[in-house]
Amino acid sequence: MKLGFYPGCSLQGTSREYNESVKALAPFFDIELIDIEDWNCCGATAAHSVNKDLSLALPTRILALAEKQGMKEIVVPCASCFNRLSVTQYELAEDKELKKKITDTIDMPYEGTVKILNVVQFIDQYIKDKLTEKIVKPFNYKVACYYGCLLVRPHKILKFDRVEDPTSMDELMKMIGSTPIEWGFKTECCGAGLSVSRTDLVAKLSGNIVKDAADRGAESIIVACPMCHSNLDMRRPEINKYLKEDVTVPVIYLTQAIGLAVGADPSKLGLQRHFVKVTTL
Amino acid sequence: MEESNNNFEPRIIAFVCNWCTYAGADLTGTSRIKYATNVEIVRFPCTGRIDFMLLLKAFAGGADGIIVSGCHPNDCHYTSGNFHARRRWIVFRNILNFLGIDVQRIRFSWVSAAEGAKWADIVNDTVKEIRELGPYTEYKKVANYLDEEADSHE
Amino acid sequence: MSRIGVFICHCGENISATVDCERVAQEAGRLEGVEFATDYKYMCSDPGQTLIKNAIKEHHLDGVVVGSCSPRMHEATFRKTCAEAGLNPYMCEIANLREHVSWVHEKGEATTRKAIQIVTGLISKVQRNKPLNTIKVPVTKCALVIGGGIAGIQTALDIANCGQKVIMIEKSPSIGGHMSQLSETFPTLDCSQCILTPRMVEVAQHPNITLYTYAELDKLEGFVGNFKATIRLKAKSIDYSKCTGCGLCTTKCPNKKIPSEFNEGLGMRTAIYVPFPQAVPNKPVIDKEHCLYYQKGKCKICSKSCPTGAIEYDKPDEFMTIEVGAVVVTTGFNVLKTDFFPEYGYGKYKDVITGLQFERLASASWPTLGEIRRPSDGKIPQKVVFIACCGSRDPAKGIPYCSKICCMYTAKHAMLYQHKVHGGDSTVFYMDIRAGGKNYEEFVRRAIEEDHVNYVRGRVARVYEKDGKLIVKGVDTLLGAEPVEIEADMVVLATAGVASKGAEELAQKMHISYDPYHFFAEAHPKLKPVETNTAGIFLAGACQAPKDIPETVAAASGAAVKVVSLLSQENLVREPIVAVVNRCAPPLFSTCVGCFMCETICPYHAIEHEEIKDRKTGAVIKTIAKINPGLCQGCGTCVSFCRSKSIDLEGYTNEEMYTEVMALLNH
Repeated sequence: MKLGFYPGCSLQGTSREYNESVKALAPFFDIELIDIEDWNCCGATAAHSVNKDLSLALPTRILALAEKQGMKEIVVPCASCFNRLSVTQYELAEDKELKKKITDTIDMPYEGTVKILNVVQFIDQYIKDKLTEKIVKPFNYKVACYYGCLLVRPHKILKFDRVEDPTSMDELMKMIGSTPIEWGFKTECCGAGLSVSRTDLVAKLSGNIVKDAADRGAESIIVACPMCHSNLDMRRPEINKYLKEDVTVPVIYLTQAIGLAVGADPSKLGLQRHFVKVTTL
Repeated sequence: MEESNNNFEPRIIAFVCNWCTYAGADLTGTSRIKYATNVEIVRFPCTGRIDFMLLLKAFAGGADGIIVSGCHPNDCHYTSGNFHARRRWIVFRNILNFLGIDVQRIRFSWVSAAEGAKWADIVNDTVKEIRELGPYTEYKKVANYLDEEADSHE
Repeated sequence: MSRIGVFICHCGENISATVDCERVAQEAGRLEGVEFATDYKYMCSDPGQTLIKNAIKEHHLDGVVVGSCSPRMHEATFRKTCAEAGLNPYMCEIANLREHVSWVHEKGEATTRKAIQIVTGLISKVQRNKPLNTIKVPVTKCALVIGGGIAGIQTALDIANCGQKVIMIEKSPSIGGHMSQLSETFPTLDCSQCILTPRMVEVAQHPNITLYTYAELDKLEGFVGNFKATIRLKAKSIDYSKCTGCGLCTTKCPNKKIPSEFNEGLGMRTAIYVPFPQAVPNKPVIDKEHCLYYQKGKCKICSKSCPTGAIEYDKPDEFMTIEVGAVVVTTGFNVLKTDFFPEYGYGKYKDVITGLQFERLASASWPTLGEIRRPSDGKIPQKVVFIACCGSRDPAKGIPYCSKICCMYTAKHAMLYQHKVHGGDSTVFYMDIRAGGKNYEEFVRRAIEEDHVNYVRGRVARVYEKDGKLIVKGVDTLLGAEPVEIEADMVVLATAGVASKGAEELAQKMHISYDPYHFFAEAHPKLKPVETNTAGIFLAGACQAPKDIPETVAAASGAAVKVVSLLSQENLVREPIVAVVNRCAPPLFSTCVGCFMCETICPYHAIEHEEIKDRKTGAVIKTIAKINPGLCQGCGTCVSFCRSKSIDLEGYTNEEMYTEVMALLNH
């Protein structure tokens, strides 16, 4: 089974372990993920706050490339890339003139036929059915599934899960033996947009999330977004300074958790790359 | 446009519904708003009743232009007659166009019982447009020919 | 050869100032078929009408054209004049020479010509006119009221007190509706049950009202004045003639853990139950879904305990057909429940409740006797947050409309809470306060100013539980969009009012229209607020849109008047302007081919199937369309829709209309 794959910039840099874990997971289920050749940055949060056309042209080029390379579906693990690609596909489908303008800009044909899957949708569709039989080491921990903003919002466009109380990751975690906690911060903002400019605010916003999870006894926080991960993980010193305590609950990717459960080599899943040590697991 | 058209007085038949446009045209009267004399109104209960064969008959009889007007969408006295009229008009217009009949000569509009001024504007506009188009004789010729053909076969 | 009379009115100078009336009459007089033509200063005056009557008699006229003001003005007058002279009123046509000619054109040749043309057109038409007779439809003197809430109760009592018979059906085991669940009512804070229960009893005892509870409409056929309704009488499993309502069975029933509908799931009931102590009728029914006997075949404890032997298991639902002249739909509304609000934790946290549940908690008929205790642990909540507009005015939730009653009941809730929990702290999060209504704004001000309810203008983003408290995270938009966090003991959601369950299905059974939210549509939002587009079916109350009690009662009385005025007539007299399917001699019988396309477009469902049978064998030769003149309103849409041109509209037949158009043009 071959599927298109768009890693995006984060998965090449700060979130290499996310990329590694998705790629490590695939062979267990006979899936081959093929990178879109010559892919470019999706523009993420920077582009659409500066130039709307650019913010649409960048993802359109990616989708046009996927079409050209004969891909029907592409897996986009980064929540931000997933969001931008989906928004672009939606906006161009809604507005023919805009579509013409953007395709003229990138000077490539674009139909908008490629189906975009986030990592949860990818697992739901291609892994879930075979998951139970593949488990060798149940991931039996108390976990806090953290969805963040970009995976589920805006619901009108993404049409993924229940926008105010998503449960898709919780369901998958239950399947691999975890106990997801009930908590109120599933879709709270981690401060991603201010990740570099206002680390004090990130510490506060992410701190509240980490603290609630820890207070409710979560042994790990499960994420599916590189921004969420870097804020909850890399910013932990600032967070702990804000919280005035030493919270050590690790933050791991959904794909890493599933990878561990099916018996993947922890080093291939990139678990050693986290700032907050994943020793307890 | 030909010079002579300026003196041409077109004959226009208006097919209107009783509840909205007929009442609207009454309001034009009670408001004493003046409009061209070229239009004669035929009253129907609803635009839904206006069989489009009647329109062709009017052209055959020598009408140069036609107005069809009823209640605004959602205001129909009979709930949905005007929607059926609108749907029929969409189809009918294409067929007429295909048959070579000049669809510019049919004006389809909504005039409510409160729109006396709008009725006067529609009449005046239509008269002006039809005057520019000139007399409509083509369909009449065809209709006459068909009548003769029919008679000769009897 | 026709003998038409033409009468041209000057209307004082209204017509004659611009139209040469004398010439119109002269020219009309020269037309074929015209026997008599004249003009007169005031045709609608007594001498004018006498002139017409005399001419009809003297000249044996068989048709009349009056050139005067708009037919919308005096068509009825002149038709009556004709009828008085012995001429069928539908042989009279009005040429609109005032509104459509003299008032809109300048004096001149063109204006007079137009007048002549219009008169000519109608002279031709009237020659094709057929005498028509008004349609008389008998009226069944009984009304059906569907729904036994306050709207239905008020409607039924008003109709019954006018001496007309009423049949009321209610789907649940008791009448009373949502109003019976309420604690106090705004803006007077009088006890809801105290004002409602006497009226419920009155319904049950009124000699003109027949009440069927646990009953639903199965089918509705017929038309105004002549409906035939099939009612499903759901099996109660109790013989009401034997049951004394002692209630012993309900105490013995072993299944005691069924969420009570009346208490909005906060309390429990048994499988054999009376919904609430003041229920009317105050006799139990067996809820088959939860009854051990019905589910597992064993138990029958209620039967053993019943002193009168009234329990009768395994009786099927019964069907009853009734004939009624009018129907009033008063099926009410519902409030949004379930986990429509995951962000507020409804369904997850026991102390996040709906407004209707709060009504139960605050009610004197609640086990705590009206002392407010929260559902989870029975503690008195010291801090309560009320969230207004839960779902309402929120297109993202699919409900763009305002539920209207929530602003007021939220103020009432907060006020009741402050009255009952001294020293308690209540906060209302709101978008706007919509308190339009008599003494409504004053009521809200009182809650804020005298009872010190803390009103915060802003939305709540999330409610979650932490350390036994409900953390309410919101924003105060009047204080510079400051985030607000409140640790509450209980949260009350003013969830949107929505159409009652099954509203769409019911509307389809009755052929009445409904809006995208399944609320029933009135015929006109202002001028026909209790009528539907189907003659004889009326609406009242919150089945049309969320409504408060005063508005519901007003609408109910309005609907009752409409019903009474309908039922007080011996016969309904209707204009004979109806569509007719042609009939002709065998073997054709009719040009109708039975495609029934007309059935799909008729807004009144007036098209019926008529089977033409062989006289000897009774075999069906052909099925053709037949139009029910009681239902047909005469729009004529079917006429232009008919592919085989087999339908015609009386008064506006194809022949008449073609003739009029041709005559207009040929002159």
